[in-house]
Amino acid sequence: MNTRPDATVADTEILLANLEHRYATDGQDVLALTGIDLAIRKGEFVVLLGPSGCGKTTMLRIMAGLIRPSSGVVRIGGRPLWNNNVRDDQAVKELGVVFQDANLFPWMTIEDNISLPLKLRNVPRPARHEKASRLAQLVGIGGFEKRWPRELSGGMRQRAAIARALSLDPGILLMDEPFGALDAMTRDNMNVELQRIWMATNCTIVLVTHSISEAVFLADRILLLSPRPGRMDTLLEVGFGRPRDLYVQGSAEFQTIVAELRKRLDAMH
Amino acid sequence: MRMLRRNANWIATPLLLAALIWIWDIYVQAFEVSPLVLPRPVEVWESKQQLLTDPRTLNHVWTTLYETLAGFAIAILVGVGLGAVLGKVRWLERTLNPFIVGLQVMPKIALVPLFIIWFGFGPTSKIVMAAVLAFFPIMTNTILGIKSVDRGHRDVMISLNATRWQSFRDMELPNALPYILTGMEVGIVLAIIGAIVGEYLGGSTGLGYLAVATLNAFDVQGMFAVIGLLTIIGFILYFAVVMLRRFVTPWHEAVLVTRQQD
Repeated sequence: MNTRPDATVADTEILLANLEHRYATDGQDVLALTGIDLAIRKGEFVVLLGPSGCGKTTMLRIMAGLIRPSSGVVRIGGRPLWNNNVRDDQAVKELGVVFQDANLFPWMTIEDNISLPLKLRNVPRPARHEKASRLAQLVGIGGFEKRWPRELSGGMRQRAAIARALSLDPGILLMDEPFGALDAMTRDNMNVELQRIWMATNCTIVLVTHSISEAVFLADRILLLSPRPGRMDTLLEVGFGRPRDLYVQGSAEFQTIVAELRKRLDAMH
Repeated sequence: MRMLRRNANWIATPLLLAALIWIWDIYVQAFEVSPLVLPRPVEVWESKQQLLTDPRTLNHVWTTLYETLAGFAIAILVGVGLGAVLGKVRWLERTLNPFIVGLQVMPKIALVPLFIIWFGFGPTSKIVMAAVLAFFPIMTNTILGIKSVDRGHRDVMISLNATRWQSFRDMELPNALPYILTGMEVGIVLAIIGAIVGEYLGGSTGLGYLAVATLNAFDVQGMFAVIGLLTIIGFILYFAVVMLRRFVTPWHEAVLVTRQQD
């Protein structure tokens, strides 16, 4: 699961080339993101890190197909994500998206929420629920399948959201500050859990955060973005072995990387 | 203490009702009010007993119930249907909005004579009146419910490449259900009013007709008895709709909260 610097093109799961994004507010053209060239390898854990306004969420939403970039290419598993104005359904199937809020539908039970992507693809009900129950086990909320989202804690809801994102067995998990709304203790646990889920599913993960230690703890590679407009600042490999435990955060090497990133971030203002 | 407070409404409400009736009785006796203006509660009660034993009363009740529920059903179908379309198609809503507002401010009760000309003295004109009154709150609430879908929920459906129909079925419609039920709670009351006003002005059956007939016969206590009966029917229908909420949206916060209080 470690990164290989000599990766070939065939290993590339997500390819962003010459990416640029502008949007218009009050008639003004704002450049949000420019000069993005990035190849993410199969099975890699990449973290997008940066201050607010650096375009990291925009970049993730572009990968998810929620935003169509003004120019440039997005390829998912070799297929272009956009064909004219339509998203490639095969490419979309490879993407599981987790948002900052769990965004579960309150009118569906946990198992119906988890298996919603299967329902949209006309998988019959028994098969859906069977899959939902397996995924609930995987993310650690087994036994809560029949509950309403409202009856679960924030951390458990986010676990359900991860299970939903995994229900089509996607090759890629895109996560936009998935644990940003949780308290610090729950957040640390969720990061360990996420690593376990990642290792169990062999999927590629791109995660957005503004927490430096979360980035260093989780990532194979960190992409540091600088703001206004968002550009690639630094690409950094993090070489700790897997699975990592929370104590790795106390090591001198961990602290050095955190301090280095902190310095780069402070220099951006 | 907490037990007392929780059960207070079961004791306080009937007590208050009894007190109000008592004050009514004292007022009538003290000021020697003519029974043609305001009868004593006992007289109304006797009239009501008479009313309930009269086999024709049941016919009137059925007529009014039928008109109310038929009008209400039409209002739900058209209100939710049109509301869903207008909620999803923004340009259509913007185009039709002045008409919707105009129709909403118009005193629709004034249309009853017209409906009688169009649809006759039978139940149809009353059903139409009930439907027209109940339709607006249901439609406007449906539009609101469809439009107030959470951005995050929308993102989920887009990221899953859901079709428009799938988004409607699994997101917009369920999101609108609590709103639709609120519209229905207002709507059922208006449907009753519509049916009764229709009966007031034309026709020979229904409790609205009976109220007018009793008044014309100077049977004021009889009229009060009819109004009492109408109030009870209104109560039952309203609470039936309120109860519907538990079955249709068991997931909703309002339902979960009342469940925990039970």
